[in-house]
Amino acid sequence: MTQAGGGILKRAALWRIALLVVAVGGLELLCLTGRIDRLTMQPPHRILVDMVALLAGGQLNTAIAKTLGNAALAFVIAMVVGVTVAVVLHYFRSLRHTLDPLFATYYAIPMFAFYPLLIVLFGLGDTPQIFIGAMLAVVAVIVNTLNGLDRIPRVLLKTARVNQLSAWETATQVMLPCATPYILTGAKLAVAYSLIGIIGAEFIMSTGGMGYEISFAYTNFDNAKMYPLILLILAVSIAINTLLARWEKVLMARRGLS
Amino acid sequence: MRGWGNTLKLVVLLLVVWQLMAWFVGDVALRTPLQTVVFTAKLVATPVFWGHFAETAQAFGMALLLAVAIGLSLGFLLGLNRFASEVLEPLLVAVYSIPKITLYPILLLSFGLGIASKVAFGTIHGVIPITLFTLGAVRAVRPVFIKTGRVMGLGTGHMIATILLPAAMPEIFTGLRVGFSLTLIGTLLGEMFASQRGLGFLLMNAIGLHNVDLIMALTFLLVLFAGSASSLLLYLNRRLYERA
Repeated sequence: MTQAGGGILKRAALWRIALLVVAVGGLELLCLTGRIDRLTMQPPHRILVDMVALLAGGQLNTAIAKTLGNAALAFVIAMVVGVTVAVVLHYFRSLRHTLDPLFATYYAIPMFAFYPLLIVLFGLGDTPQIFIGAMLAVVAVIVNTLNGLDRIPRVLLKTARVNQLSAWETATQVMLPCATPYILTGAKLAVAYSLIGIIGAEFIMSTGGMGYEISFAYTNFDNAKMYPLILLILAVSIAINTLLARWEKVLMARRGLS
Repeated sequence: MRGWGNTLKLVVLLLVVWQLMAWFVGDVALRTPLQTVVFTAKLVATPVFWGHFAETAQAFGMALLLAVAIGLSLGFLLGLNRFASEVLEPLLVAVYSIPKITLYPILLLSFGLGIASKVAFGTIHGVIPITLFTLGAVRAVRPVFIKTGRVMGLGTGHMIATILLPAAMPEIFTGLRVGFSLTLIGTLLGEMFASQRGLGFLLMNAIGLHNVDLIMALTFLLVLFAGSASSLLLYLNRRLYERA
């Protein structure tokens, strides 16, 4: 049964690759025959060549470092704040119930609408972008951490009490380790959200970073720069997400949760 | 009704935080809730606002219609075909997690600077969650229901209308709820980045003019609309789950 299931998965993966190859090949053909003109899109092989040239040339290094650095900072802030808030909310039930409707509708709110306000507040530096990234990511961390804390077996908490651990020790030695797989799910979402937040903010209005470079290249019809950058961002975010998903699966399997 | 009490408490809490922040930050960057509401009332009375509102509403409506139509049909198609869903689901999940705003220049180049690219951008935000939730919901329908339908000789159309849709309704509605929010976010983002009309454009314009009143009023209106629409959908969604 599992063998047949594995066979199907393998066949599906092959089909998926074939589908991607056909799609990229089709684009290549459309571009080369001139159905899609050069001003709209470069042929895929050109994009790849340009991307390698851009990366090797190093003129994008500052933009890449800025975007990834800011995203990493937003991610760290979201994780620290999110886990702390979740532990606190886990203690204060009534506050948690009050905030529940906020968490439930949080991702329906267009967070980027706050970006103009943040620019007015913090100026047009890195701060409003990091703020948006952290703001987008933090609720995913809170919700998933709370979910993990809710699932801690009673007996572990009782053991902690029997051993007279303080609240701090209970949180760091029992609760958080126990909730790790769920926190990791939150972390996975937080990575995606902080990248989306940073790049989106750079896109709308900023003075540097990958999102800014794309929008700058777009306004100058500089397709030789725009498409490689888009491809780079897509590749980076898909790679990060795939890696985290793998790791999460391993952790979940170790706990027998998958 | 503890749910309503909590919502009320939350609204009061948010208003207090807003007021405190306005006092703390000062007049340069923030307005108090009262000032914002007064300015919003004035804004809503001007015809210019309604012009931009109509543009956004039209783009959002079309994007939502497309996202729902494409998402539902794709979801049912893949949900009923195990192999096709194995092939395509990982691709959809990967696309779901990328910062879609990077794709916007491509859409602008292919659809031009106008309502079409906004609609397309809103649609690609909303269509994937609707597809994924519908796919999952259809696949999770109890096999005995489908077998019963097959024994009774139902065609595909009948099968969807009388068995799959009712059985999978709560999860499909969850997908529609998420799709609704994301389509709205996508449409507004599109207007903020490159557009000459619509509420997103008005918001970007307000930053250029450093019009804090306008920024606050528009943000307030957008958050109010998104928040209440999503709360309503969430409420309906919970009713559906309770009934199921």
